[in-house]
Parts: sequence; structure tokens; C-alpha cells
Amino acid sequence: MTETAVARPAVDLSRLRDWLPKYGVYLAIVLLVLYNIFFTPYFLTWSNVRIQLIQVAPIVIVALGMALVIGTEGIDLSVGSVMALAAALIPLYLGYGVIAAIVASVVAGVAVGFINGVLVARVGLQPIVATLALFVGGRGLAVVISQGQLKDVRNPDLIYLGSGDLFGVPVLVWIAAALVLVVAFLVRRTVFGRRLLAIGGNRPATELAGLPVKRVLITVYVVCAVLASIAGLLAVARIQSSDASAVGLLIELSAITAVVVGGTPLTGGKVRVLGTVAGALLMQLVIATMIKHNLQPSTTEMVQAVIILIAVYVARERKTR
Amino acid sequence: MTMGIVSDPAAPAAVAEDTRRAERTDRIVGIVQRQGALAVLAVVVLFAVAAFPDFRSFDNSATILVAAAPPMLIALGMTFVILTGGIDLSVGSLYVLGGVLAAWASQYGLLAAFAVPLLVCGAIGVVNGLLIAYTRMAPFIVTLAALLGARGLMRAISAEGSKTYLVGDDTFRRIGNGSFLDIGYPVWLVAILLVLGMVLLSRTRFGHAVYAVGGSEDAAGLMGIAVRRTKVWVYVMSGLLAGLAGAINAAKLGSGVTVLGTGMELDAIAAVVIGGTLLTGGAGTIAGTIAGVLLLGVIQNLINQVGNLNSNWQQVISGGFLALVVVAQTYLVKLRRIS
Amino acid sequence: MALLEVVDVSKIFPGVRALDEVSFRLEEGEVHALVGENGAGKSTLIKVLTGVYQPDAGELRYAGEPARFGTPMEAQRAGISTIYQEVNLVPLMSVAQNLFLGREPRNRFGLLDRARMDREAAEMLAGYGVTADVRRPLGTLALGAQQMVALARAVMIDAKVVIMDEPTSSLEPREVETLFGVIRDLHARGIGIIYVSHRLDELYQICDAVTILRDGRVVHTGKLADLERIRLVALMLGREMAEVRREGATAFSGEATADDDAEPILRVIGLSSRNKLHDVSFDVRPGEVVGLGGLLGAGRSETIKAIGGAYRLDAGDVRVDGVDLKRPTTVQAVKAGIAVQPEDRKAEGIIPGLSVRENIALAVLPRMARFGLVSDAKIDAVVERYMTRLRIKASSPDQAVGDLSGGNQQKVLLARLLATNPKVLLLDEPTRGIDVGAKAEVQGLIDELAAEGLGVVLVSSDAEELIEGADRVVVLRDGVVVGTLTGASVTTEDLMATIAEAAND
Repeated sequence: MTETAVARPAVDLSRLRDWLPKYGVYLAIVLLVLYNIFFTPYFLTWSNVRIQLIQVAPIVIVALGMALVIGTEGIDLSVGSVMALAAALIPLYLGYGVIAAIVASVVAGVAVGFINGVLVARVGLQPIVATLALFVGGRGLAVVISQGQLKDVRNPDLIYLGSGDLFGVPVLVWIAAALVLVVAFLVRRTVFGRRLLAIGGNRPATELAGLPVKRVLITVYVVCAVLASIAGLLAVARIQSSDASAVGLLIELSAITAVVVGGTPLTGGKVRVLGTVAGALLMQLVIATMIKHNLQPSTTEMVQAVIILIAVYVARERKTR
Repeated sequence: MTMGIVSDPAAPAAVAEDTRRAERTDRIVGIVQRQGALAVLAVVVLFAVAAFPDFRSFDNSATILVAAAPPMLIALGMTFVILTGGIDLSVGSLYVLGGVLAAWASQYGLLAAFAVPLLVCGAIGVVNGLLIAYTRMAPFIVTLAALLGARGLMRAISAEGSKTYLVGDDTFRRIGNGSFLDIGYPVWLVAILLVLGMVLLSRTRFGHAVYAVGGSEDAAGLMGIAVRRTKVWVYVMSGLLAGLAGAINAAKLGSGVTVLGTGMELDAIAAVVIGGTLLTGGAGTIAGTIAGVLLLGVIQNLINQVGNLNSNWQQVISGGFLALVVVAQTYLVKLRRIS
Repeated sequence: MALLEVVDVSKIFPGVRALDEVSFRLEEGEVHALVGENGAGKSTLIKVLTGVYQPDAGELRYAGEPARFGTPMEAQRAGISTIYQEVNLVPLMSVAQNLFLGREPRNRFGLLDRARMDREAAEMLAGYGVTADVRRPLGTLALGAQQMVALARAVMIDAKVVIMDEPTSSLEPREVETLFGVIRDLHARGIGIIYVSHRLDELYQICDAVTILRDGRVVHTGKLADLERIRLVALMLGREMAEVRREGATAFSGEATADDDAEPILRVIGLSSRNKLHDVSFDVRPGEVVGLGGLLGAGRSETIKAIGGAYRLDAGDVRVDGVDLKRPTTVQAVKAGIAVQPEDRKAEGIIPGLSVRENIALAVLPRMARFGLVSDAKIDAVVERYMTRLRIKASSPDQAVGDLSGGNQQKVLLARLLATNPKVLLLDEPTRGIDVGAKAEVQGLIDELAAEGLGVVLVSSDAEELIEGADRVVVLRDGVVVGTLTGASVTTEDLMATIAEAAND
């Protein structure tokens, strides 16, 4: 085959098509913020910004874990149930101090993540089915553990985590920001991150190349579940009560939406950490804007649906050679 | 100069014996995979009949069947979708939407009570199918968006979920609650549709096309199958059946309830997978799906029988059961090693 | 009036002119050979003829009328039927279902008549030598039998043109005879056949005319009987006849670099995997290139994967440089110094979304890192070294591997393997689908690596490449080693004969 340079048509169109999936979400946020500045009263007040950040923080944390799993061409439907399990365990261990409660939640996350990971990596189940089992059973288990009771949280340390401030910014937000940095670092600069992306890019190839694929996959699901358990912990700390039947309900949808809108492809091989954060922020802004302008929740949902479709359509991979 | 060394003259015979053994294993495993769910169902039912006297009554069986009718319809549609290698997450929302629409439309008569949910849910199914077939977007995401959109639509119609329409038409209500030979009309309707579905899948060219698209989309295209059209049709069917299931439920309850439906899509997927259909598509039967739905229904019924186990334990058991079945299935597939 | 005509057709992909003003005529009842190196444009031409691609320039004429096939279905309906090298059927569906897919017989209610379908399928396939139960999934048949089913299907529809792409690559000699019988029958009925193959003996046996493609252009077309074999090869390669006669068809030097006294660097003992491999054993000495020969489906790729730990073994032993691995995992195999280059680089080789850098460094990340943190400087050094040595052409190390040409992708894979400092290289079709220049470079590289003391196992369906590149060829048939060919004057006929001889047992 001769390799001759072929004249390309209008450069703008193809470059736009490359640029949009990567940066489109930022553009959308900017536009939306501008709109709000002009048309929404009290938008730029600190109290409003604060509320938005507090609401979006748990979603960001869960979405970070989801992005990693999606990066391996997988999915984790069990994150909401993990949050519920964490919520159920906290009141039981809070008596021993906040550290004990944190440890208990994280251990629950590790356990669930390990099960998910083993089902996907060793048994070879499809991720949607593997995590489906825990999605279905996990929340039930959590409610059983908590005996269906809603427990109030009065531990001052825990409350500080959820409702306190540090230098004027909610602790919750600091934690979320720190986790964003950690995950970004993991993806970009560690061997684990590179391997994760390779597995998502072409799993048989990475196996053949001698990489410890099973170990990496199990780790990814563990990390995702641990992040979800942290989000569960913080959710309990924020509302100062633990309700295993309600914590994290439907959060997997929000997390997947954030990841997809943020430009991370479902086919794996690429993780956009900042994009995921932006995706979560964008969806939060969209919902908040519509509420502030008295649009019904139903309209909000339909708009969300359209946004997801647009984001995925734009980010479709074109067939390579 | 060449040296040809035949290493083992007995090799061809050994190969033949190996092949025969492999064929035998293959046949056995194939049967287990296809009829596995049925076998487990039989075991569970036998156990239930032996251990729980209440279980043996005809009334109880009728209850199980009626409760299983809507999930059965949804799972029927899901079977077709999964056979093509896709998935439909919107069926839960379409189910609720169908119920609300049926209740609302019943004020205009029986025909409207069925026609409106079918049209709307079918239309959403068409959109799903077109997007999935023609733009190569992942079924997971497209139907996820449809899940949200349908839910929003449902809320918009019912004034943000606050308004519960009561079914106005008496005939419609009778369809939901009446019975023939002591078995509810919905069960008969579902049974007829199941038979039609089985005929469609195993005895028509369309059915073969569904299996081909799921088995190997590229090969199917090269063999001349209208891949995209087949895909659109399965999503349309899934939408229609989910809408119909919602309408039937509205007829039974007498109103369009707005709070049900969460997780129905996952229940349907679980039933289809338990029934032996491969998530990757290309293999599976409706008979298996029936067994899967009934199995989950029986387990639910049993848990209610035991009495003090609440619905949460039911969830735990369902989850564990699903995991067990799917793991077993995966190992069976590995044993068959079809290229 | 020609049956099928291609007039000045061009097909352009980003950066590549796959077909350059190609013209081609197929007469009625003609068996027309289509030859060319990998990457010469044969598959692209076939895809244009069958409606998978549309020409960017030029036109097709079918039975005298201009024709445009927008989809494979349109071409099929017009009477152009194709058999592909990779059996493009549905493995999970039954044999009978595959045979009749889209044209299933119906009863008077409009429903499929399964009994009739199964019966007619069994009858038809018996004529092709396939005796398996037609209700079993197609995927459970041997590859050769699957290909016969594909052939039966292609012939079944009212075809006026049948295109066969490497049809014999998985066929036993007996099945090849059946195929030739079918071809002669079609020929007698006036049906035109386009026959694509590497196997020159077959072409000379069965074809009337030939068209040679090179670099997307037609370099010769005419009667096959008028064309001397050496000249055909020379035209295919773009070299002088004398040169081909002297140096052979490939870039292999033909020098043996094996160290005859040394202990084998790789010992493969008794590899067995249910139904696919039966007691496969052979040795490789340092500096030796051992070829694995046999038909498609004979178990060559499975053997390579098994040594590399990527194929489930029921029994067997792999020893590298004296170290006994038993049945290794991929992780153990790579650590021990085994490097595998898979047959399908798109599916199991390159990671298309990642850059050249990332792909090359993939297998050696721990060596490029400290405490789990990656050192870009170390990676850059290694990548630079291999990009230079292998002459990998990319706009920069950060270019996505998916955008490179096939030849460069293959080189990136080789670089990945070499970066692990392997002792043994297992190469499965290393020059498939790459252009002539890259092919020569890769072949030269294999010689170099062998000279440096690596043990090499080479699988190639290009008989010339196998014979000229390997010091020894181990011949496989149905997963059994049936013979070994050694010596400088081994020819491709010897290879075919060894396979055929085993078949007569």
C-alpha cells in the first residue's frame, strides 16, 4: 500500500470533533455559570456556592471510583449499596471513637470491592452482573445490620467531618478535593494507573504482555468501593443520621452520568479525572439552575437524559484503522 | 535433504478418542446450561412443597403467577434485547410510565387505556433502537438516558408524582382482576404472549436474525442479515412489553401508582441471565427466562411465607442467588469452549 | 461482455491509497487468480466488489451495466457470493442454521420448517464431506469443516460470481480436492470465480487467469499459463527475476545462526490441551529459528500461546534456559524470558488508544519506576532506543498507536517484547498485513535477533517465509507433531507433502 499524504478537508471540523469531547464539558460549565450570573439571583453568593459544593462532593467522590472502574471497561453498580453498608456500620462502631467508625466503613468497602474484583477478574463475570449481585443484596444486608432503624449521630468529631469548616471551606469539600488529587496522581504517575489504562484499552494484550491483570482489576474495584464507603461516611456525617435504606440511593446513576459527561469513554482505556469532576459539577449546576428557575424535577430529569446522550454521542470513538 | 519424522503413529486414534470425549462433555454441559434454571426451579419448588404447607395451595400458586405476570412480560422483552448482545435499562421507568398513562387514559375508554401506554412506550423503544443501531452508542448509556427521560416524563404527567390517576373504565379494571378457570386474565394474556414470543424466536427468520446479531454481528452483516433493523425491532418490543406490563398492573391495582418500578430492569436482567441467556448475546431461550422469573417469584413467595424475614433478607438472598447462578453459568460456558 | 468489471477504481483511507486506479475483468466461467503480497490491496478490492466499501473513484460494471453495491446484502442479492479466510459465520448457532441463515425454508404457515432445514443441510453437507451433526453449534466443528460449510452456503445462493479468499488455508488435502471439484463444477456452469491465494501450486492447478496487485496497483493481468512462476513471484515482490531466483522470495539471509552445541534455550515437552493440542514437543537452541508449519487450525497459534501462558494446558512442561516453568501463567512466562507476539495485533497486541511510548513500555513498567511511581525519563530513553533500532515511523512517541500503519504497529509490538530482554521470541504471523518494506525490515530483524543468541519460534502461513526464515520446521496437524523438516534445501512442496502424508494415515 502506498502511503501518500491525502489532502484533508476543512481542518476546523475534524479538530472540533476532537476538541469537543475533551473540553466540551468545561465550555458548558462556563456558559452555564455565565447564564446564572446574569439570570439567577443570589447565584454568586458564598452561601449558594457552599451549598452547591457540599451537595456535589459525595457524588464527586463516588464518581472518582466509578471513573477508575470504567477506565478498565467495567462498571460498578454496587456503590450505592456500599454507602448504605458504611452507613449501617458507623453507629455500631462510633462508640469506640470516630477512627473506629472510619475503619469499619473502609473495611466494608474493601470487602465489597474485593468480592466484586474477584468475580470480575478471577471468575470472569461481566462487571455489570458481578456488581449487580451486590447492588441487589448489599443494601438489604445494610438494612438488616441496622435493623431498619434510623440512628442519630452525635459524635462531635464525625459531625465536624460532615458539617465543619476549615479556613472557611467545608471539611467535606477539602476531603473531596484531596481525593481528586490522589486519584489524578494515581492515574497519571503510578505504575498502577498505567496498567489500569492498558487493561481498559485492550485486556487480552495486557495479559499476553505479562501484566498482573487480575491483581490490578481487583485493586480497582477495591479502590472504587473504598471511595464509595468514604462518601457514605461523609453523607452520614453531614445529615448527622444514618439511614441505611436511603443513603446513596441512585447514586450510581449520578456517578456514571458524571463520568460519561466528563468525557471518560465507557469503552475504557482513558480516565479523565478533572473531566469527571467537571461532569459532576455540570450536572449539579444544571439541576440547581432548573430548580432556581422553578422548573419541575420532571423536566430536570428529561434534560439530564438529553445531556447524557449528547455527551456520549460527541465522545464516540471513530473507527481506527 | 529433508528428514521427515512421524512422531507417533497412534496419535490420530488418540485424537479421535479425545474428540469423542469432548463432544460428549459438550452435549452434557449444553443441556445443563440450557435447562439449569428449570432444574433449580424444580428443586426449589419440591423443597417448598415439602417444607411449607401453605405453599401447596392452588391459591398460592395463582398468587405467584399473577405477581409474576408483569415481570414476565418485561423479562420477555429483555430476553430479545440481551440475545442481540444489548441491554435495556429503561424498562423499569417505562413500566411505571405505562401504568400512569393507562390509568390516565382509561377515562377515555378501554381502547385508550391500552393504546396510549403502548404508543408512548413503543415510541421510546423506537428512539432507543434507532440511536443504538444507527449511531453505535452503547445500549447501556442510551437506555440509561431513556430511563431518566421516561421517569421525567412520568413525573411531568402526574404532577411530579403527586397525582395518582384512578382507573375510570370498569372493563379495564375487570381485565386486571378477573379470572378465567380461576386463573387471572393477566396470566392468560402473558401466557399467550410468551407462546408467541417463543414461536417468534425459534420459528421465524427474525428469530434467527436475533441470534445471529448477538452471536456475531459482523458475520451476520456479511451473511446478509439486516442487523440494524433487527436491533431496532428488539428495543421496540422491549418498550411495548414494558408499557403493556405497566398497563396490566394499573388495571389490577385500579390506579397508576408512581412509586414502583425501581429495580425492575435489574430484576428482569437477573431473571434472563439466571435462565441461561448469555449477556454477550447469541444464546438463550425464552423457556429459560420463564424459569428465571418463576424462580425469583417463588423465592420471594417463600420468604413471605417464612413470615418474619423482611424484604431486606429477600434482597440479600436474591443477590446471593444471582451471583451463584451466574458464576455457575460462567464455568459451564468455559467448559464448552466453543470457538 | 465481461461478467464483472472493475474500471479505474480507487479507494482512499486517511493517509493511504489502498487501491490506485485498479482495473480488472472477470469473464463468465473463468477462474481468475488474484495475487499480491499482504497489504497489496487484495482484501480492499474484494470488499469493494462485495459492497463492504464503496469506491472513491472509478466504477464497477456487472453484466455490462454499471453497478453500485451499498451493502453486502445488495452484492449478495445481485449474485456475488463470498467465502472469507476467517470463517464469517456464527459459531453459537447450529450448522444447519448457519447454512440457511436468511433463507430458511418455511412451511405453509410461514414458520420455519426446522426438520426440513436439518435434513437438507445434512444432505448438502454430506456432499462436501462434512458428516457432523448439523444441529450442533458450528463452533464445535474443526476449522476445515467450518470452511466447507461456508463454501456450501456461498454456492447455495444463485450466485453468478463466487469470490474465495484464501479458501484452503484451513483445509485438509482431501477437502482441497472437494473444493476443486466444486470449482470445476461452478466453472462448467458458467459461474465466474475470483480466487485469492498465496499457494502458487493451487493457482496453477485450478486458475485460468491472473491479476497481480502491488502497492494498490495492478502490475500484471493475463492468462496464468503464459506466466512463469518465478516471474509471478518477482512481479508480486517488485524485484528482478534473477534476484528472486538467487535470494529467495523473502529478506531472510538463509544463514544458520544456531549454536549446535549449546543446551536448548527453550524446551517444550508434551503440551496437551483437550481437543486442541496432543503431546506437542520440540526444542529451540540459542540462535535457532524454529518454524511451526501446518494448516490453519492445526494448533500453531495455540502452541505459541500455551508456551506464553495464555492458553489453558491440561498437561505439559515448558523449560526456559534450564528453568522449569511447568505450565506457566503469562506473568511467569514473561518473567522467565518468554515474549509472545500474537497473531492478531489489533485484538491482542496493540493498545490503540495509548501512545507509542506507553505501548512499548507496557511490559517493563516496574523497571521504569521507583516505589510505584513512573519515571518518564527512563521510559523516554528506552523508547528512543527501540524507535531508532526498529525504525518505527511515527510523528512522535506520543502519537496514538492506532494511527500508525500496520508495519509500524507490528514494530511497536516487537519493541515492547524486546524491551523485556527476552530469551525466547515467539512470533505468530509477524509480517501479516504489513507493507513490503516493513516486511523486509522485520525479517531482517528476526535474523539479527537470532544471531544475537535469542531462540525464535516462527509461525507463518506464508510458506516461503517459513521455509526461508526457519532453520527447522516442526509440522503440526490437528495438534499433533507429524514431522520435522531440516536442511537448507527444504521447499514448500516438502512442507505440503508432510502435511498430506500424515493425512493418509
